[in-house]
Amino acid sequence: MKKYNNPVGVSRFTGLLLISPFIAGSILFIIYPFVCSFITGLTRYDNIHSPEFIGLENYRKMLTDRSFLKAVGVTFRYTAIFVPLKIIVSLFAAMLLSVSIKGIGVYRTVFYIPSILGSNLAVVIMWQYLFTRDGLVNQFLGILGLSPVSWYGDKHYTIFIIVLLRLWEFGSTMIIFLTAVRNIPKEYYEAARVDGCGSIRAFFSITLPLIKNTVFINVILQTISALQEFNAPYMITGGSPMKSTYTIGMLIYDEMFSYNNAGYANAVSWILFVLTAAIIYIMFRIGKKRSDLL
Amino acid sequence: MKKTLTYAVLTVIAVFMIYPLLWLLGASFKSNQEIYSSVWFFPENFDFSVYANAWKTNTGHSMGHYFVNTFAIIIPKTIFAVISSVLVAYGFARFDFPLKKLFFRLLMVGMFMPAIVTVMPMYIFWSRVGFTDSYVPLTVPSLFACEGMFIFILIQFFRGIPKEIDEASRIDGCGTLQTLVYILVPCIKPAIISVIVFNFLWTMNDFLNPLIFINSTEKYTLSLALRTSVDSTGQGYEEGKIIAMSVIGLIPSITVFALAQKKFVEITTGGLS
Repeated sequence: MKKYNNPVGVSRFTGLLLISPFIAGSILFIIYPFVCSFITGLTRYDNIHSPEFIGLENYRKMLTDRSFLKAVGVTFRYTAIFVPLKIIVSLFAAMLLSVSIKGIGVYRTVFYIPSILGSNLAVVIMWQYLFTRDGLVNQFLGILGLSPVSWYGDKHYTIFIIVLLRLWEFGSTMIIFLTAVRNIPKEYYEAARVDGCGSIRAFFSITLPLIKNTVFINVILQTISALQEFNAPYMITGGSPMKSTYTIGMLIYDEMFSYNNAGYANAVSWILFVLTAAIIYIMFRIGKKRSDLL
Repeated sequence: MKKTLTYAVLTVIAVFMIYPLLWLLGASFKSNQEIYSSVWFFPENFDFSVYANAWKTNTGHSMGHYFVNTFAIIIPKTIFAVISSVLVAYGFARFDFPLKKLFFRLLMVGMFMPAIVTVMPMYIFWSRVGFTDSYVPLTVPSLFACEGMFIFILIQFFRGIPKEIDEASRIDGCGTLQTLVYILVPCIKPAIISVIVFNFLWTMNDFLNPLIFINSTEKYTLSLALRTSVDSTGQGYEEGKIIAMSVIGLIPSITVFALAQKKFVEITTGGLS
């Protein structure tokens, strides 16, 4: 029998008992949704009448459903634009904040504020106003001598309203980078300087290799958050123009509540669940090498 | 020279971070015409009547009503989340038990699994048991330590406390729970505060769950009330009112962040190291 490393007089059930709320919770909020969305995905169900079993029909439908394929395209394109930008901006800000100069704490707080307010609906509404025809962003472009952009009208630009909103909230990603950068021993940089290595060179040959797992984990976290984008397109663009900002999240919501296709909505949810779980699994594999926790 | 450049870049970024919020505050006092003609955030004159108007909203209930609703969710949720997360984190940090690794992985999966992929089956669940259009689906999950992030922060803090303290307390005759309540909880107070703060901010920010589970206007949260006001006025008029409502809606989060700011940034930096 396996030996459990517990204090004297503590049985192996003590720990189980303590985490029992979590065990119940993971059955209810992780395992149940996983099973339920798959099973509901096998049915035709309108939220009212009893579900009718139709086998893999919903899953097959996804392969030919124009609006699903379009939503997948939009979501992947958004992820491909957003994730690299977010990583670069957060890492750049973290590098700036890693120097010890006076007043750095104030800057750190200021950089962090937008990510705290995060997806607060008030901020999303504010963002909507910033990009209107005569809104602040176009006024600024005017001052710089650039012509105004039709942010809501042009299908190439609309996605950038959302990209910029999420970029503006780089604070929490930046903090993760900052912690990693600070953990690098100062001696490395001193040795590099003695060898005549400039700061840009030092970044690429010391900092980046040493924080590469953190970069990877941030890429994964941002990818997951990009794949589930819902609030901003729902509130700011409604998916328009020409469904150019219609994400998978919006499709799931619409199929469930606007068209009452609960079966199909759940099938799509399940696919997104599996995709996200696969991404998390990759993160585990990489994270194992990094530390005992992440 | 290099220092000056760093300050310059930092300041430019800081302006980008703060200016939209300043603009929002300023715009709440401006006329529609002024909003669209000047980039400077400071209003020509302050018209406070817009706030009285915004407080009334156009949903039939005042902002005060929605504040009460939102707090009716936040308060039980916070209590549930703190108790359940502390117990679970204590179990993970201090005890060995069967399937520990598996449960820990499940914790990570839960932590990163986005709401949009689980909310549809959860909707089916809560409507079968008859709890849609109530705060039950928004608060009860917190009883089950559903926020992996909180457990994660707390585990980190528990690990920072030497195990000898537990042993000493055991020798003095304290049981498992007594050790937790009397000895360890006082030590992890900063982590508990950060759980409370995060829980507050996330609940204020949450839009998807209330959107899905709440139907009647009188039960709306602040974020739902904001959405409804935008929908019912549409773009083009009453901007001032919507903007003032947004400012009011942001006040709780900004206040809590300002109060907890110092501890908060420390914990988030420390907690993730």
